[in-house]
Amino acid sequence: MTPKGVTLKSNSRKMKFARRFICTLLQMRKPRPVSLSIEEVRARGQRIKIAAYWSMAHAVGSRRAWSRALLFKLRNRARYQTIMRRRSPGLKTKRVIKNDTPGELSQTKKLRQLVPGGKTMDMCNLLEETAHYITCLATQVKVMQTLADNFSK
Amino acid sequence: MSSRRSRSRQSGVNSRITEDQINDLVSKLQQLLPEIRERRSDKVSAAKVLQETCNYIRSLHREVDDLSGRLSELLATTDTAQAALIRSLLLQ
Repeated sequence: MTPKGVTLKSNSRKMKFARRFICTLLQMRKPRPVSLSIEEVRARGQRIKIAAYWSMAHAVGSRRAWSRALLFKLRNRARYQTIMRRRSPGLKTKRVIKNDTPGELSQTKKLRQLVPGGKTMDMCNLLEETAHYITCLATQVKVMQTLADNFSK
Repeated sequence: MSSRRSRSRQSGVNSRITEDQINDLVSKLQQLLPEIRERRSDKVSAAKVLQETCNYIRSLHREVDDLSGRLSELLATTDTAQAALIRSLLLQ
């Protein structure tokens, strides 16, 4: 369905992502098998999730608005959390561009919340970035799926 | 309809976004959605495409959540040999 050049390109991005992700994953392994509590396993799941998004954004680099936004968000995550803990929620103001047609307004609004950095994009940008984000996200899921299948063998 | 057209044309001068461009991007987006891509009908409204896009992103996010949890559980049971094997695969 997709032309050959595209497949090759996404494959290399896939490899970049997989390499980074697996390296982080292996670092999280305990040197000796230790039985972890449910909370610890859950906390590690959270870290794995962040590692997955981090690897994905890094594999794409700063060429895309969504990956820039995601990297920025993850980089400032720790600081952001401490700030938000001190500050009451709802004080944060963001630049929001509005040029949506009324019929699609609610859907566009939802989309802006789902795509990293989507709140400050114009309509064209949002659609382009969404398309790219979806492809990357699907690749991410595929890699994680493959890994999980291989681990459980 | 006509009033909306003229208004969008006016704003188009400033933002340089035409309806054609938007439609083009929406149809590109549609190609990426497994839900709509398989469907035979040619005409899917932009709102529907956007809605399906949101659903698809949400489902992908959920999958990442589930797989993270699964990998965390599996990580506890994998032995060193397996890890070494994966590491060697990476270095190729």
